[in-house]
Amino acid sequence: MMEKMIIGRYVPADSILHRMDPRSKLIIVFLFVCVIFLANNIWTYGILVLYTFLMASFSKIQARFLIGGLKPVLWLVLFTFFLHLFLTKEGAIILDLGWFKVYEEGLRQGIFISLRFFLLILITSLLTLTTTPIEITDGLERLLGPLKKVKFPVHELALMMSIALRFIPTLMQETDKIIKAQTARGVEYTSGPIKDRLKAVVPLLIPLFISSFKRAEELAVAMEARGYKGGEGRTKYRQLSWAVADTLMIVGLLFVTILLLVFRG
Amino acid sequence: MNSPLVVLNDVSFQYESQETPALNHISMEVYEGEWLAIVGHNGSGKSTLARLLNGLQFPKEGTINVAGITLSEDSIWEIRKQIGMVFQNPDNQFVGTTVQDDVAFGLENNGVSVEIMSDRVVDALKKVNMDSFLDQEPHHLSGGQKQRVAIAGVLALRPSIIILDEATSMLDPRGRGEVIETIMNLQKEEKITVISITHDLEEASKANRIIVMNQGEIYREGTPEEIFEMDEELVKLGLDIPFSVKISKKLREKGISLDRHYLTEEELVAELWTSHSKM
Amino acid sequence: MDISLKNVEYRYSADTPFERLAIKDVSIDIPSGSYLAIIGHTGSGKSTVLQHLNALLKPTKGAVVIGSREIKAGRKEKNLKGIREKVGIVFQFPEHQLFEETVEKDICFGPMNFGVSETEAKRRARDAIKQVGLSESILEKSPFDLSGGQMRRVAIAGVLAMEPECIVLDEPTAGLDPRGRKEIMDLFYTLHKERGLATVLVTHSMEDAARYADEIVIMHKGTVLKKGKPLEIFSNPEELLAHGLDVPEVLRFQMKVEKAFNTKFSKTCLTEDELTDVMADFLTGRVPR
Repeated sequence: MMEKMIIGRYVPADSILHRMDPRSKLIIVFLFVCVIFLANNIWTYGILVLYTFLMASFSKIQARFLIGGLKPVLWLVLFTFFLHLFLTKEGAIILDLGWFKVYEEGLRQGIFISLRFFLLILITSLLTLTTTPIEITDGLERLLGPLKKVKFPVHELALMMSIALRFIPTLMQETDKIIKAQTARGVEYTSGPIKDRLKAVVPLLIPLFISSFKRAEELAVAMEARGYKGGEGRTKYRQLSWAVADTLMIVGLLFVTILLLVFRG
Repeated sequence: MNSPLVVLNDVSFQYESQETPALNHISMEVYEGEWLAIVGHNGSGKSTLARLLNGLQFPKEGTINVAGITLSEDSIWEIRKQIGMVFQNPDNQFVGTTVQDDVAFGLENNGVSVEIMSDRVVDALKKVNMDSFLDQEPHHLSGGQKQRVAIAGVLALRPSIIILDEATSMLDPRGRGEVIETIMNLQKEEKITVISITHDLEEASKANRIIVMNQGEIYREGTPEEIFEMDEELVKLGLDIPFSVKISKKLREKGISLDRHYLTEEELVAELWTSHSKM
Repeated sequence: MDISLKNVEYRYSADTPFERLAIKDVSIDIPSGSYLAIIGHTGSGKSTVLQHLNALLKPTKGAVVIGSREIKAGRKEKNLKGIREKVGIVFQFPEHQLFEETVEKDICFGPMNFGVSETEAKRRARDAIKQVGLSESILEKSPFDLSGGQMRRVAIAGVLAMEPECIVLDEPTAGLDPRGRKEIMDLFYTLHKERGLATVLVTHSMEDAARYADEIVIMHKGTVLKKGKPLEIFSNPEELLAHGLDVPEVLRFQMKVEKAFNTKFSKTCLTEDELTDVMADFLTGRVPR
């Protein structure tokens, strides 16, 4: 199941969304999260659904892959739906089974809120599917740039994020290696009582910590040797380029916002 | 050989946690354009020497002078522009998320403008023959490839000296071969000064000059030919002798006349051919 | 205890889009008390083979027989501890697996996982630390206060203390200096000779394989390219070179000399002494050209 999961994963392709500046994508996702709360009737939700599907089609990612990948979260969406269905007790009763009644408002709320939830997941997934983690980091660093004035460590945070991203696969390999080494020394990681398995974490975590500290230390030395002395006076190799398409996309979302304001009840 | 580029004058260093000095009154020079190998067993002080040259540690006594600049807290950034360093562990010096990002890292630190940067990144990667891997992520590269990227990262900064601190010791034979070949090309074509710190005697035999370290002191200094005359003495120091030297020595013991110990197999074969084929 | 791989195939992430065939149709026999070397480049599948030797990986096709146990593809296997106790693995850079407060505790960790009593484990720890050439006084120290070379030896002692019947070594000398390399290789060879400990050496080094092993398996692109006694393997070096593999440096040099003198020596030499003897005879004309 984890292999089909698409949340947080990047899929390389050549599409409008892939080519967009990460800043505009981040702004759009942020704006979308705000304007989604404007929707309150069938028309406004309809507009949002159309907008999201239009975006999904721009991404050139196969619909089957998208839907298959969202399946694991579908359970959460359904859970939201039933929660509202059962707990909201307003409006006319539309279904009466005696021990359990469904109210009109409950159905409405259930549909709208789970839909809202679903759209949010889809839009943020589109961001991560079409933008590499490092682009997101760059985009965030640039967008948050003004906060440097109030001494917020924007550059340091971005660097930390990119180094973390760089080392995730390395640490995964390392974890795998230590698990194997300790298994060969008689530790059971996949079977046996829970208590033993919890105890088995110690011989895994300590070597991992130690090697991570050692890596961090060596990395710091290597960075220093290559002239790293903080964000001051540093240039950026990766340049972000804001194109007409980026502006148009944001204008598009602003237009959707106006529509929402007009059609909301 | 040209003028000295690096001068160490009576340098000593001791780690706080240790009882004996890691380096004991070292004086040496590194000349422009040469390939100097510093050899010694693990713990002989050779890596400490490398760290001192780059200002990662400061000597307790003595002075270090690099390209006319005396090393001090104030001059380390100037000196680091002159000296590039490649470390032992290929993973723990790869900062960027892709090959080109990593090569650019040093340039970014030095505030190089974007236009110049992209040229230099590609240029440096070409020199180590990794220019077709621009967007590759580190975990998809072999150890030898990562080390070549690290060398490119150093080259992009156009330093006058490159220090390889046991840069080949964690690699497989193929990776080791790739890295040594890269250094040989650079030294020949870019005239860059190379200091390689190693315990691989095959690697050291390709250098112009060798310094043998033992217990924090310079034990011997000389050309590879001179150093390998030491023979069993090297083995006692925890080192080894290159293969062709071993064979030369054994042949001499078995009554084959050879006027010296040959450093490369090709030289040895050629010598055998010229002196013995007409018998 | 014999170990044998029978037509083993292994696929990583089987049945996913990331599936990758690592080894196929690999058959290897390791009789008890033998010394086998598995050679190949990075990515040749030799580490995958290694992990089958104590059921860290289970074949996706074929079977692995370890002593009286058979691990067959497609069958759920329970209780593999018995196997792991008998086959010890020294992984590459084994010092990375150390975690206890003292060297003694770390060495005792393996044996005690297999149900050995604490007193017995401590006795084994004292034994093992001597075998790897360290003094008993080191047992009380923290493994993290030791030098890299000492940590390596402690980790090896931790595997030896399990008193396995077969020991598998994955590049045990990586990163060591020449003296350290020789000492470690000699240590395992002595154990093999004196205690009849079956040894599997996974390595890049043709020299080590030629020097120590009775039997060599050459892995190439996930399959067994060649197997046999060192002399058989290296009697046809051209084939190895054609596959991008190395030959021991002695043999490589022999080939260079043969080429220069346009001759062929009567035997394949694997040690420096053999080669220099043959060459001396040849050069001084004791052997007709």
